[in-house]
Amino acid sequence: MSIEVKNIYKKFGNFQALENLSLKVETGELLALLGPSGSGKTTLLRLVAGLDFLDQGQVLFGDKDAQDKKASERGVGFVFQHYALFRHMTVFDNIAFGMNVQPRKVRPSRHEIHSKVMELLKLVQLEWLADRYPWQLSGGQRQRIALARALAVRPRVLLLDEPFGSLDAQVRKELRMWLRRFHDESHITTLFVTHDQEEALEVADRIVVMNQGRIEQVGTPEDVYHSPVNAFVLNFLGNVNFFHCRLEEGKAIIGGTALDVPGLDVDKPHPAKLYVRPNQFKITRYAPKGSALKALVEYVNPAGTIVKINMKTETGERIYAEISQDEYKNLKIVKLEQVYVSLKDVTYSEHLHNIP
Amino acid sequence: MSQLNARTEPRFVRYFLITIALAFFALFLVLPLVCVFHNALSKGWVVYFDALKHPDAIAAMRMTLMTALVVVPMNLVFGVAAAWAISKFDFRGKGLLLSLIDLPLSVSPVIAGLIFILLFGAQGFLGPWLIAHNIRIVFAWPAIVLATLFVTVPMVARELIPIMKSQGTEEEEAALTLGASAWKTFWLVSVPNLRWGILYGVILCNARAMGEFGAVSVVSGHIRGLTNTMPLHVEILYNEYQSAAAFAVASLLAMLAIVTLIAKSIVEAHIRQGQK
Amino acid sequence: MREFFVKKSILPGFSLSLGFTIFYLSLFVLIPLSMIFLKTSTLTFQQFIQVITAERTLAAYRLSFGTAFVSAGINAVFGLIVAWVLVRYTFPGKRIVDAMVDFPLALPTAVAGIALTELYVPTGWLGQYLQMAGIKGAFSPVGITIALTFIGLPFVVRTVQPVLEDLDPQIEEAAASLGANRWQTVTMVILPVIFPALLTGVTLAFARAIGEYGSVIFIAGNMPMKTEIAPLLIMTKLEQYDYPGATAIAVGMLLISFVLLAAANFFQWLTSKNLGKV
Repeated sequence: MSIEVKNIYKKFGNFQALENLSLKVETGELLALLGPSGSGKTTLLRLVAGLDFLDQGQVLFGDKDAQDKKASERGVGFVFQHYALFRHMTVFDNIAFGMNVQPRKVRPSRHEIHSKVMELLKLVQLEWLADRYPWQLSGGQRQRIALARALAVRPRVLLLDEPFGSLDAQVRKELRMWLRRFHDESHITTLFVTHDQEEALEVADRIVVMNQGRIEQVGTPEDVYHSPVNAFVLNFLGNVNFFHCRLEEGKAIIGGTALDVPGLDVDKPHPAKLYVRPNQFKITRYAPKGSALKALVEYVNPAGTIVKINMKTETGERIYAEISQDEYKNLKIVKLEQVYVSLKDVTYSEHLHNIP
Repeated sequence: MSQLNARTEPRFVRYFLITIALAFFALFLVLPLVCVFHNALSKGWVVYFDALKHPDAIAAMRMTLMTALVVVPMNLVFGVAAAWAISKFDFRGKGLLLSLIDLPLSVSPVIAGLIFILLFGAQGFLGPWLIAHNIRIVFAWPAIVLATLFVTVPMVARELIPIMKSQGTEEEEAALTLGASAWKTFWLVSVPNLRWGILYGVILCNARAMGEFGAVSVVSGHIRGLTNTMPLHVEILYNEYQSAAAFAVASLLAMLAIVTLIAKSIVEAHIRQGQK
Repeated sequence: MREFFVKKSILPGFSLSLGFTIFYLSLFVLIPLSMIFLKTSTLTFQQFIQVITAERTLAAYRLSFGTAFVSAGINAVFGLIVAWVLVRYTFPGKRIVDAMVDFPLALPTAVAGIALTELYVPTGWLGQYLQMAGIKGAFSPVGITIALTFIGLPFVVRTVQPVLEDLDPQIEEAAASLGANRWQTVTMVILPVIFPALLTGVTLAFARAIGEYGSVIFIAGNMPMKTEIAPLLIMTKLEQYDYPGATAIAVGMLLISFVLLAAANFFQWLTSKNLGKV
């Protein structure tokens, strides 16, 4: 089922948590709400679940207004950031809870509940934990039990609040892939909140980048990473270098050096800010054919799948670049060597017409 | 080499402080307790048991039990309701409400008794009406219950509020999203989560209810065999120089205190574990 | 309007629980307590002043507040030491000592009263040594102070203990690494942090001591002008059916305690406002 929010507003005291926000989540989609803390992503999730009340606007489930439906009637599966497992119940009773509290008329039989719980435990690969209590489980196990509990009521929509936020890096990676696979099999409409860009990029079908209660950009991971619509999205999704420069006839003048900028159209000269991803630099030992910035290598870190290089240009601009291990083998640069840096591409440029 | 690190004192300072603490502890806490049992048995076991078997003593025990049996459940219901409103919701005037709940703790027990005399006594606010209708409250069991109630009102609420606060609201929210009704959420999630806290509050409330002296002393009328509670019975015996008998009854109350402390330690361990 | 009063929540039962709480408090605490102010208003102001400034009343107030103050001071020192020892050191029987700290709260006050009296009478286990030193234990202000110290100890220990437990070990290590010796670390780094809690504990002990009755009356001796505490004077007036007199003394007591408590709260706010939490 699709979910839509239309022009919603939410204030906590004097803090505007959400401001005129609209968003549609398509049926069967896995959507990530990405943003820094305080950007309103958890608030949005809680409003959809009916855990908070909105000040203005509409929440639609399918094409029905969910306004008058209580949280217990919305049919959402909500996975809390700290899991909120019932600490006095076993894992089995936790998962069975949603079925046990149904009205007697529609409640499944004991036997049905039992087999459903075991089926869910199998799904999350934790069958042997049925009789344990939450405090006896690891973080990753609690996370999966919380998910199984949410799924037990056959929700039409799954909402996850920072689902991997408090887990170790390793467990986090595993669970991420598990969630992706699970979604590919179940196709349940899923909305999850995260502040980790890597997580959003890796798991989601689409990403909603939020900031200060508003949506900055909605798009596929590829879109938001490669074609950010503004500087905030660009900064939030990965490392980026930025230069003050002047654009003239397809070239960017940085500190007196005119650099070729591929694919840049300039009608008349003007100042600009140039944003360049670390992998968009070309580094050479000798001056290349076009123009290039002269820079001093300050630090090289070859540990890892890529090589990280910090440099400083003659005019004092700092550059952080990443090159492949192969390129590094050819270059063989070391600290304090002189190199030439040119641009392969630019991610985004901000044109500053007003500043002389 | 001594094992001096940044967070501890030289050995002689440690031993000196431990000695002071233990000496203070022995002087003020252990000796009075030993003194109770020593005096209770000073005239032998026969006198001891005779004091406990005396009809007046039995009547006092019954009075104390009956009072606690009414007061503790009432304050339990109040404590749960107050803790629920205060720890699960944000509302204006919460600070004031908290102070009002704690108010009885800063009122002298004698004043706690006095106010019920002023309300229900013969010269009191409702006195003439009560006499006309032949209802007896002061110098009878109802006043003992009311005075004890006043003094113990905060006992359960005070223990439950911090526990409930630390538990937050996520588990209730989870239950609601899973389709549970308000009533089921309360009984199946909130109350079981609170069971050790409830037990803790009940233990403390009960100890105070059974041991209350000042407030009850004002309103009871000290009618032997009729309106005496155990602490009042101790007082009467002691003032009549029946020291051994007084300490015999007192020893029962001291044992109640010890049981209370043991139960309290056990429950505290459970609460601490539950908060992990 | 409702929004202004309470933040909207999906949790149920707000009106029910708050309504019941207020109803119960009003019925069993606030309305009865308002009686003493109602009763006082039947006295003229002059009569009221006359009662609470009578020599016997003033002596009782002086005794009650004085002994409560001294006992709170004793507990400030020893309660802090007990809390410190319980949190920082290990020694045999520590768990029993820890549990026993609450003993004065669990023991009915009348029992405490007769036990302490028995200990401190001139022929008692401790009274005989005081006698040798020329000090009168029971039936003197010394005895009253001893009983009030007994009653107040748990308040100080139990408010200081958790703060001491939560103290970040790193601030002490930081102080030490910056060259402070242990004494400087304790007095300049630890004490300022636990001071507000200590003050709260001492205030609680003091408030309890002012109104204390059961543990004091046996050991006090109850001589008018000499060893008669304010709560006992109320009791005496009641036994003489002097209800207005008893009420006036009670109101005087409440007023003085509230002023002192407010002052202590203000002072506590003053010392803790820079610690980032109140």
